[in-house]
Amino acid sequence: MGEITYSDALNHALKEEMRRDEKVFLMGESIRGGIYGVTGGLSQEFDKRVIDTPLSENGFMGAAVGAAAVGMRPIVQSLASFAWVAMDQLVSQAAKMRFMFGGQVNLPIVYRWGLLYGNNIAAHHADRPYPMFMNMPGLKIAIPSTPADAKGLLKTAIRDNDPVMFFEDNNLAGSRGEVSEDPEICIPFGKAEVKREGADVTVVTIAGMLRPALAVADELESDGISVEVIDPRTIVPLDTKTILDSVEKTGRLVVVDPAHRSCSVASEISSIVSQEGFWSLQAPIQRVTSLDCHFPFSPALEHLVYPNEDKIADAINLTLE
Amino acid sequence: MPEGKELYMLMLRRMMLIRKFDETVKDLVQSAELVGMAHCYIGEEAVAVGACTALRDEDYITGNHRSHGHPISKGGDVRRAMAELLGKATGYCKGKGGSMHLADFDIGILGESGIVGSALPVAVGAAMGSKMQNNDRVVISFFGDGASNQGACHEAMNLASIWKLPVIFLCENNQYAVTTSFKDTVSTENVSDRATAYNMPGVLVDGQDVMAMHEATVHAIQRARAGEGPTLLEAKTYRYEDHSEGLNRILREPYRTEEEVEFWRQRDPIDIHSKWLLENDVASQEEIDKVQHDVYEAIGDALQFARESPYPDEADLFTDMFADPIPLR
Repeated sequence: MGEITYSDALNHALKEEMRRDEKVFLMGESIRGGIYGVTGGLSQEFDKRVIDTPLSENGFMGAAVGAAAVGMRPIVQSLASFAWVAMDQLVSQAAKMRFMFGGQVNLPIVYRWGLLYGNNIAAHHADRPYPMFMNMPGLKIAIPSTPADAKGLLKTAIRDNDPVMFFEDNNLAGSRGEVSEDPEICIPFGKAEVKREGADVTVVTIAGMLRPALAVADELESDGISVEVIDPRTIVPLDTKTILDSVEKTGRLVVVDPAHRSCSVASEISSIVSQEGFWSLQAPIQRVTSLDCHFPFSPALEHLVYPNEDKIADAINLTLE
Repeated sequence: MPEGKELYMLMLRRMMLIRKFDETVKDLVQSAELVGMAHCYIGEEAVAVGACTALRDEDYITGNHRSHGHPISKGGDVRRAMAELLGKATGYCKGKGGSMHLADFDIGILGESGIVGSALPVAVGAAMGSKMQNNDRVVISFFGDGASNQGACHEAMNLASIWKLPVIFLCENNQYAVTTSFKDTVSTENVSDRATAYNMPGVLVDGQDVMAMHEATVHAIQRARAGEGPTLLEAKTYRYEDHSEGLNRILREPYRTEEEVEFWRQRDPIDIHSKWLLENDVASQEEIDKVQHDVYEAIGDALQFARESPYPDEADLFTDMFADPIPLR
């Protein structure tokens, strides 16, 4: 066991799985050079299995479907903001193919998406599209928040025989954590993790929101408020039982999600708990999300758009009033 | 791989199978026994049959909404195809796909896509998979003149070219995308002229001549198997029916003349091939009639099978969503 970064954890997962199964290969733009950190050095060991593509997201993400259909196990990467360019292949092919053809084919594909927000990168590069994909049946979705989860979930994603959308919050790239070196440790999908136990309020966090939520929980501890923080880790499948059990205990729910407010994952979780955990609730559910405006460039404006510690603390206090 | 008379008679049989299948489909739409949309391949039979008879079983194809001709050309099971069109559990896709989404992965039919152009990147990926697995399988991607304008088509051709992939892009140019003439929408004289933009051969073929289709495809396949990369074949053909069955009832203005349709009816691919068989003493009229008779029986049998098959169950709604199932919500 050792402490490594989130980026390194992903790199280790890729390396281990590529060693384990020669059908696994990588595709993406400028991945041999590893400009996004994670794939750096992999071309030295795996050469032809690390493929730099032209700027053709719709083309090569669809090619991943075809390669998977004939027995390969592609891992494709891009920025979350370029998912729109490939939408037809992701939806009409990757998400729908298996069902539409009556189960005749397995599509063991991992699409890895970098979430870039909060770094003055402006509207075209700051997307958090996972709620839209949650609404499209046929895609599993993992969103790790710690290095250990990043490695364990990516390994599961690669071994899974279905298309997985794997979102990596770039704000966590340099975050450090204990990660096992055992190449057989995989984290199952559909198992949320209680990242911090508490008794007074349940806070569910998505992606990079784990860290500010934990910071707020520590602060509120000294005010006598006990916050339980839950990380779903995968939103498809979603571990609703862990969330509902927690709300049954605390009676209060705050969901923190960097996606835009309308139809966010926060909205879906709120809806589920309103319906299935209604009688446990002592107060209305609070959602802390990005505003329904685009991410502006200016450093004076951008930080106002997405969740922060103050907004999380305010939401928790609202549930306790 | 069949050759000589065996091949020529196989071509005749498969073209006749497609013709009778789609004539039956027309009747089923008319009587509302077949629901949803049906896009008939009548008039275009030589294109898919000429091409697919050059493939091995383990080679791959992808196709589009005008889908019935492709799987039948590659030796697909007409019973399972008919059952699929009637939405039965015994259909190729357990009734979940229907007319536009036939697939038979056991014989390399990687699926017909309802979104035109959308299967071209998938075909490119299958070719990548072949190359990576060193198994010299090739892929034919069927698409129309309409699809040739989609971005996915251009991205696919570029990828296939730079990576020298064993894929044959086969444009079935029936000259109309629903009601729009390709002359008004394709920026080059022929779709095959676009091949130079992707550094691959572009070959224009008479789509009504099954032998010409076969020969052109054989050459493209040889190129692909030799590692020389992709080819763009353009088959000039014509659909005798409307884009989809029943469309003529809702069209506000005609998009083609009766003279034009009649001109192309005079170039019926089955008539052309039958005539060739007779004139070259390959087959007698009796033998040709026998094939026709056998085909009528096969399609009749397929229809009966489909009618007698059960529908899928409500319990089947969530099966086939995932290979590794997740809890239902």
